Amino acid sequence: MLIRVPPPHPIRSSQITSERVYADRRRLVAQLGLSAVALLTGCGKSEPTAAASPAADVTKSGQAGGGALAELTIARRSEQAGGEVVTPFSDSSTYNNYYEFGTSKDEPARNAGTLRTRPWTVAVDGECEAPGSIGIEDILKLSALEERIYRFRCVEAWSMVVPWVGFALGDFLARFKPTSKARYVAFETLHDREQMPLARYAGFELPYVEGLRIDEAMHPLTLLSVGMYGRALPNQNGAPLRLIVPWKYGYKSIKSIMRVRFVENEPPTTWKKLEAREYGFYSNVNPDVSHPRWSQATERRLGELFKHKTLLYNGYPEVASLYAGMDPVKFH
Amino acid sequence: MKAAAAPASRPQARPATPVLIALRIAFWSLALWPAAELAWRLTHAGLGANPVEFLERYTGLWGLRLLLLTLAMTPLREAFGRIEFVQVRRLLGLWTYAWVCTHFAIYLTFDLEWSPAQLATEVIERTYITMGFAAWLLMLPMAITSTQTWQRRLKRRWKQIHRAIYPAVLLGAVHFLWLVKSDHREPLVYLGIAIVLLVLRMPFRRWWGPAPASPARR
Repeated sequence: MLIRVPPPHPIRSSQITSERVYADRRRLVAQLGLSAVALLTGCGKSEPTAAASPAADVTKSGQAGGGALAELTIARRSEQAGGEVVTPFSDSSTYNNYYEFGTSKDEPARNAGTLRTRPWTVAVDGECEAPGSIGIEDILKLSALEERIYRFRCVEAWSMVVPWVGFALGDFLARFKPTSKARYVAFETLHDREQMPLARYAGFELPYVEGLRIDEAMHPLTLLSVGMYGRALPNQNGAPLRLIVPWKYGYKSIKSIMRVRFVENEPPTTWKKLEAREYGFYSNVNPDVSHPRWSQATERRLGELFKHKTLLYNGYPEVASLYAGMDPVKFH
Repeated sequence: MKAAAAPASRPQARPATPVLIALRIAFWSLALWPAAELAWRLTHAGLGANPVEFLERYTGLWGLRLLLLTLAMTPLREAFGRIEFVQVRRLLGLWTYAWVCTHFAIYLTFDLEWSPAQLATEVIERTYITMGFAAWLLMLPMAITSTQTWQRRLKRRWKQIHRAIYPAVLLGAVHFLWLVKSDHREPLVYLGIAIVLLVLRMPFRRWWGPAPASPARR
């Protein structure tokens, strides 16, 4: 797959907000909003300076359980989030849904230190001519790594903007020569009770499984991510490798993948198995398709107080042709 | 929010017993604890990556906790035979409502930006919002008629109004349960406590349980 699609929102250097300015902006927003909260809640004696730091005491490494995150060599970078401010690492690495390590947002960052990401092997099989297993060190050498700044939208109506590092999933999948029977791709997260002692409280069947239609998997936007913010993924964010499907709700972007299978029929997916009415196979971000728990019309960026309007396909309209003629409610 | 068993009229200016003073201090401290913790977090630790979600969860949880505590007062009075438990119900009930209103105000401000149209949509379309809103609405007349003047004026009607605490606590607990996507352990604990507190009031209890500690009051 050598088709190069230029990012829809190429960034100009004049658009780049300096780190100092954007840090200050957050502080200002937080102060304004939090003093409003303080007034509302009647505990208004907050010192404005302190409202600022969003989890400022994140471990130096950002990794659950300590240990430095390896720096990655990045061949090229693209900004594909409409010039929006990147969410601070201290937020995107401490507010996670990774139920195998606890079901509250702050638990994975505390508990995922028990995940062993080396050695790590991904098995690829099913409807393909060249099935096989591949180690993470070899995966890292398969393609030049690129950084892509994407919006990331959770079904729970929060969102973030993250510089992911990885390469197109299609480049990876093509190596295994999927056959014409490979209409879908199924993914599986590691499930090891010893490394994931809290997994039994997840409330759904494990291992966590996800899937994409083959054309979705091969779409150039779909990223096989091995890092973020220039370094390897923290465990709580899905180390050592995960999917990033930026136009779908976050739960489609499966973490800590250890198995990939090409299949003929739509594979089962974890959240759909749990509650099919709420979580469909497609799960495309769509402000007009309401969810029983959350209006999907708006979303809140991590670290911000008020909500933004949610964009169709999370602001990636180039994927619309994949769903031509499909009813977005029926195929939610 | 006074539950069913309150007397229609109480002698005025009854001297406060040491137990009553102790209970008042304990419950005032407890009701103010969330305010203190929030103030400390705002000035020191911060509210995490999603401050609005944190505040909504935190204030909602405290509203539910205090509501359950309010509901525990009548069984405690029966268990210990101390009328003081009933005498602190109003302060607990009003603090419950204060935290529930804070919870609702944060939601209205940051999620709905005070749009009545959006509120209507959310209340109609999302069952857990319907339940939370209904609980808030049921508690409103209880808060308004919590004074002794209203109590005297309404006579028997007052009791009926204040029985709304029973559906309100169930709605509150289920509001929490239905919000959670998976792993329902925590909301189930709250719902379980609510159900126990309601079952303790059921009339069949008198068939096999001990007689109420202060029979003069019924």
